[in-house]
Amino acid sequence: MEKFTRHTGTGVPLRQSNVDTDQIIPAVYLKRITRTGFEDALFAAWRKDPSFILNQEPYAAGSVLVAGPDFGTGSSREHAVWALKDYGFKAVLSSRFADIFRGNSGKQGLVAAQLDQSDIELIWKELENHPGAQVTVDLQSRTVTCGAIHAPFEIDDYTRWRLLEGLDDIGLTLQHADEIAAYEAARPSWKPATLPARP
Amino acid sequence: MAAQESARTLAEKVWDAHVVRKGEGEGAARQPDLIYIDLHLVHEVTSPQAFEGLRLAGRPVRRLDLTIATEDHNTPTLDIDKPIADPTSRKQIETLRANCAEFGVRLHSLGDKEQGIVHVVGPQLGLTQPGMTVVCGDSHTSTHGAFGALAMGIGTSEVEHVLATQTLSLKPFKTMAINVEGTLKPGVSAKDIILAVIAKIGTGGGQGYVLEYRGSAIRALSMEARMTICNMSIEAGARAGLVAPDQTTFDYLQGRPHAPAGADWDAAVAYWKTLHTDDDAVFDAEVSIDADTLEPFVTWGTNPGQGVSLSSAVPAPEDFADENERAACERALEYMGLQARTPMKDIRVDTVFLGSCTNSRMEDLRAAAEIVKGRQKDPNVRMIVVPGSARVRLEAEAEGLDKVFTDFGAEWRFAGCSMCLGMNPDQLAEGERCASTSNRNFEGRQGKGGRTHLVSPVVAAATAVRGTLSSPSDLPVPVSA
Ligand code: SF4
Repeated sequence: MEKFTRHTGTGVPLRQSNVDTDQIIPAVYLKRITRTGFEDALFAAWRKDPSFILNQEPYAAGSVLVAGPDFGTGSSREHAVWALKDYGFKAVLSSRFADIFRGNSGKQGLVAAQLDQSDIELIWKELENHPGAQVTVDLQSRTVTCGAIHAPFEIDDYTRWRLLEGLDDIGLTLQHADEIAAYEAARPSWKPATLPARP
Repeated sequence: MAAQESARTLAEKVWDAHVVRKGEGEGAARQPDLIYIDLHLVHEVTSPQAFEGLRLAGRPVRRLDLTIATEDHNTPTLDIDKPIADPTSRKQIETLRANCAEFGVRLHSLGDKEQGIVHVVGPQLGLTQPGMTVVCGDSHTSTHGAFGALAMGIGTSEVEHVLATQTLSLKPFKTMAINVEGTLKPGVSAKDIILAVIAKIGTGGGQGYVLEYRGSAIRALSMEARMTICNMSIEAGARAGLVAPDQTTFDYLQGRPHAPAGADWDAAVAYWKTLHTDDDAVFDAEVSIDADTLEPFVTWGTNPGQGVSLSSAVPAPEDFADENERAACERALEYMGLQARTPMKDIRVDTVFLGSCTNSRMEDLRAAAEIVKGRQKDPNVRMIVVPGSARVRLEAEAEGLDKVFTDFGAEWRFAGCSMCLGMNPDQLAEGERCASTSNRNFEGRQGKGGRTHLVSPVVAAATAVRGTLSSPSDLPVPVSA
């Protein structure tokens, strides 16, 4: 996982609450066998509408999604986070995230920053009045900056630390590779092995 | 913590034996434990993104010798020597083959004699043993708990985590004892026990728990029957379900390809004998089921908790005090096309499916064959028999069971998940009604608009004879051929 300390990019105001994972990525895309290449699947149904925000310049190249409350509800599909990342989003701002979505984001290096709804409203206005305005998400200081707006955000300590260090779950576990090896050395020799295959 | 000295349940013993690293902190703030995984089973549906993750990060599979893959969910049960017709299914299977070849994972492909449903293959090879941790990207991994293993279904990120590290970060669970005392009546089987458990505790009743099935009725069961019970722990919402190993377990394992042998066998059995819940250990919850009074069970609704005894009738919404359950009943009756108060045995079915990781092993096939032998299938019913693995199919054929089924008028198929979830061509049509030995009766599970009644193998067989949901005791004595 890439380290995340600070990111500045075009903000996309998504004035919608309860954006569920079926909206983020419809089920038909789950048949795919890859973990990347989901950019076309992101908000697939909504993107058929020419007036949808991501179909407009300069939002199409956005990398910070500013959404309404209860973002990411519904199924546990990790594909929702993959699709946001593949499209180019680095962070999502909302006043409330679904638990599983928040967990999946942390696993995949997408910052899910929780702001007060009043700050979200201010940022929406700023982005609508100045299309293409830049939003800075600073994970070190846990603040979001957009024009004259400076707002704090919440993210749990453990996730923040992992994102700052660029540690995915696997990377973290591998920091304990010695302990895993020590455990393996002490396993009884009669424990079954799949290899070699016996008739 | 004096965990080693204090009395522990079986599940806690298995957990403790696999802690690589204890999570820091206490109470709610406690971080997960790092748990070692003894066996990782892989199939085509939930693994492609995990392998791609490894590839992107340049990581190898840490323990190829603790990993095994098979093809099951998408595989056809007819014409297995021809290319798979559905392009998405074919692509998923080809991807598994390419990934296993690239990383070096042992794979049993369609046509191979060890191919089959992942949860049938592991035990049959002797790879699933007492006291192990077993995972697979599939919720019915709980099946392997029948051996006294801690066996859990996991998501795709976790599949990748296990491939890369052979461990998982897990939070401890609560324990629940399911005490089943007494003796089952003839015609009543393991499937009826677990359907009764789920009807009793509900589909969310096991949430956060590992279930331990105990009591004289469980001890009397064969390994295959114990697997049927543990398999459906997930339908009660539990993380896992297990049964303490005993002589039945050891007898099943001895001589299997991957079971220990010689001095190793003795060492293993000595350890396995310590794997039981201590007398003074305390469960977080306990539930009791009376085996003496159990009847064949059948579901009427669209979740596995919506079940009744076969000799009773379809419930009515007003039978439920809880408003949500009442609404759920109404919705289920509508979807299932059923009238409240209809006797279950008057319900006519179109299809009988004998298969799935719940009931597709030798014993299941033998029990059903025993019922249909010398009888004729109801002409309006189609019956599909799908052995759980290629090896089960071969063994059944060696006993002549295939002939019994085909003489009866049933179709004898190749191994796989088949109509359990209809990812291959074996699906119900809109409105088609099925008596199924599988584990999920969700809307559309066996095909869009399909209607599923979960039953045991002998009920499935008797239903195929009469054409309506039936127990073996409803059948007239067969005219011998
Ligand atoms: S038989 Fe059914 S429940 Fe079992 S692994 Fe296959 S699809 Fe899942």
